[in-house]
Amino acid sequence: MNSFQGGPAGAPVLEVDDLAVTFTRRGEQSTRAVDGVSFAVAPGETIGLVGESGCGKSVTSLAVMGLLPRRGVEVTGSVRFNGQELLGARDGMLRRLRGADMAMVFQDPLSSLNPTVRIGTQVTEVLLEHREISKKEAVEEAVSLLDRVGIPDPRRRLDEYPHQLSGGMRQRALIAMSLACSPRLLIADEPTTALDVTIQAQILELLRELVVDTGTALVMITHDLGVVAGLCDRVHVMYAGKIIETADRYDLFARPRQPYTGGLLASVPRLDTGRGTPLTPIRGSARDTIPWEQGCAFAPRCDNAQDDCLTEVSGAIVPLEYDGPGRELRCRHPLTYPAAPAGATALGAVR
Amino acid sequence: MTAVPAETPATDDLLRVEGLKVHFPIKRGIFFDRTIGHVKAVDGVDLAVPRGSTYGLVGESGCGKSTLGRAILRLVEPTEGRVLFDGTDVAALKGEPLRHMRQRMQMVFQDPLGSLDPRQNVESLLSEPLRAHGLGGGTAGIAEKVRGLLDAVGLPSAALRRYPHEFSGGQRQRIGIARALTLEPDLLIADEPVSALDVSVQAQVLNLLEELQQRLGLTFLVIAHDLAVVRHISDVVGVMYLGSLVEQAPADDLYEQPLHPYTRSLMSAVPVPDPVVEESRERILLAGDLPSPANPPSGCRFHTRCPWRQETRCDDEVPLLRELAPGRLVSCHWAEEIRDGVLHPKSPDEVAATMGVSVRATGAEAFETDALVQGVDQPIERT
Repeated sequence: MNSFQGGPAGAPVLEVDDLAVTFTRRGEQSTRAVDGVSFAVAPGETIGLVGESGCGKSVTSLAVMGLLPRRGVEVTGSVRFNGQELLGARDGMLRRLRGADMAMVFQDPLSSLNPTVRIGTQVTEVLLEHREISKKEAVEEAVSLLDRVGIPDPRRRLDEYPHQLSGGMRQRALIAMSLACSPRLLIADEPTTALDVTIQAQILELLRELVVDTGTALVMITHDLGVVAGLCDRVHVMYAGKIIETADRYDLFARPRQPYTGGLLASVPRLDTGRGTPLTPIRGSARDTIPWEQGCAFAPRCDNAQDDCLTEVSGAIVPLEYDGPGRELRCRHPLTYPAAPAGATALGAVR
Repeated sequence: MTAVPAETPATDDLLRVEGLKVHFPIKRGIFFDRTIGHVKAVDGVDLAVPRGSTYGLVGESGCGKSTLGRAILRLVEPTEGRVLFDGTDVAALKGEPLRHMRQRMQMVFQDPLGSLDPRQNVESLLSEPLRAHGLGGGTAGIAEKVRGLLDAVGLPSAALRRYPHEFSGGQRQRIGIARALTLEPDLLIADEPVSALDVSVQAQVLNLLEELQQRLGLTFLVIAHDLAVVRHISDVVGVMYLGSLVEQAPADDLYEQPLHPYTRSLMSAVPVPDPVVEESRERILLAGDLPSPANPPSGCRFHTRCPWRQETRCDDEVPLLRELAPGRLVSCHWAEEIRDGVLHPKSPDEVAATMGVSVRATGAEAFETDALVQGVDQPIERT
C-alpha cells in the first residue's frame, strides 16, 4: 500500500521531478507558482497535495496534464508517465493520453461541462475519441458508466443538459467521463469543495472504491485536511510553490513536523473535540510570505522561526531533507515530540 | 419580568422566532405573472436565543438557513409567523421603528468582498452606519469611535485610508465584523462568517468572534454549513433540513449523541483530520440529493433519504419537534428506537431501491429559482 518511490506495487505511474512553473507578463516581475516539486504515484496508490489558496497545487496538476497555455508560461523539470516524458511532448501524443490513460476531475463541475451539449454527447465523446466502438455501443457504455458512479435513471440523464443536474450529479457525471477509458492516473483537483458534506461523503466513497477496484493511481488535490486523512496514503504539504513536508498520513497527522502543518492542524475546529477547545490560529495570512531565495517562505508567520531560517544568515535555501523512513521535511527548526516508542504512530501523539 | 404585558418571555430570550415561514412564489409567463407554486424556503421554524449566548444553525445549501437569518432581520419579508426581538414583534414593524430596531441587530455576511463597497475606504465604510443613524457625536466623535473599532477587530489604524481590495480575505472579514459592530448591536447574525476564508485564517476570525462576544456581551446567531465550526462556537445548535428544524440541542449533547437520522448522517459525513478516527468511526452514507423545496416530500421530509425509514408513519405523518430530554428537541417518529439501537440503518442502495424514482435529484428547478429570488446561498469555493 505504501510504496515509496516505486516499491513493491511496481513502477510508479507518474513521476514528477523538480517541476517548476514560472508565469511571466510583460512589464511585471515573473511569478514562480511551482518551484521544484517532485513526487511519484504508484498504481493503486492515493497521494494528496495539500495547501491553501495560492500554494501552487492546482498549477502543479495543470502542468502535469499539459494544460497550461504556452504563452508566458515556462515549465521546467520532468514529468514522466509510465516512463514517458510528457514535458515538451507533441500535442498529438498528449491528446492520445489525456482522457484515455490520464484523466482529471476539476473543482467546479458546472464550468467544466459544456452547458449547451447534452450529458450523453459529452460522455460518449470521450469513448468515441479513444476507443474503436460504434456510436450505439458508446451510448450503452455511457449508461453503464453513469450507473456505476451512482446516477439514478442514467438513460434519461443522457438526454439532459448540465444545468438540469444537481451539483453532486454533475460531479458524478464528470467522474464518469474521466473513468470512461479506465485511466491509469486520475488527478482530482478539489473534487468536493463545491459540494455539501453529505454529497462530499458520497463522492469520496466513490473515489475510494475506484482506487481499490481498478488500481488507478489517484492524485488528490485539496485544502481540506479531513479529506486527506480519510483518503490518501501519502501526503505532500505545499506552501508557496514548494513541498514542505511529505509523510505517510498516519505519521503526518500524529506528528506533524513542519510548523505550518502543525499550525494547520491546530487551527481547524474539529468535530470530535469538546466545545471551548481553543483554536491556535497561524499568524498573518498567505500574503505574508517571503521568496524562497530570501529564506523559508513560512518564516514570517512561524512561531519556531529563528535567524537562520533566512538565507542571508544560513547561506542556503532550506532544503527538503530526509526525515525518518518515508518522510521528508523542509524546515530547520521542526516541531519536536517527546521520545515516543519507535514505530508509534497515533497513540504517542501530542497535539 | 412579571408585570409588563407583551414583554414577558418565560426566560431571558433576546430573540424568539415563532412559526416563521418564508415562501417564495414561482412565477411563469410573460404577460401574466401566474404563480404556479411556492418554494418553501423556511416552513414553520420556532427557536429562541437567550441573551449572551450563541445559537448555531447548520444545514446543507438550500435548506433555508440563510433565508431564516435574513427573515429575522427582515431583509426578506416573512410570509407568516412572528419574530420577537427583545419582546417586540419585528415582523410587524414598519418605517422608523423598524429602522431603529435594525440598529440593534446587525449582520456579518459570507463574502466580505461582495458586501463591502469597493469605492469606499475603510473609514467611510465604518462611519456610514453611524451617520445614517445620526449617532457618534459629530466628526471627532465618529473618528475616535472608528479607530476604537479597528482596534477591537485587530487592524492597524493605517487601514483607515485603504480600500477593501487592498486587504486579504481575513482582514476584509474583520472589516465586515467591525462594520456590524459600529452601532453596538445586541444581536449579531453571522451568515457563513468563515466559509470564504483559508483554513489558517478561519481560526483567527472564530477567535475574534468569541472574544468580542465575551467583551461586549453579544448574542450570536451563527449560520454555517460547516458542523465543526458551528460546534466550536455555539451553545445551542439547530439542524435544518428543507426549511424546518429537525433537531435542536446543546452543542456538546448534539455531537455526543445525535438523535435525528439526518444529524447522524451529517456528522458521519464530516471528515475529521485524523486518519485513526476516520477509519474507526461510523459512516452513514445518504442516498441521492436534497429534494426540491418547491415540492417537498410528504410526511417526514427526510424519509426519501433516511436510512432508518419505517413502513409506517414516515411517509404520511409529519413529525413534530418534540422534547426527548431536557433541552433536546427532535422531530422524528422513531427517535427513541433509533437511540436505543432497536432499529438499524439500511444501506443507501436499499434506500434508493425502495424509494425508486423519488430519490431523484433536485434538478435545476430549485437552483434556478433560488438564485433568482434570494441571491446565492452556497459556500464560496476556495481554491
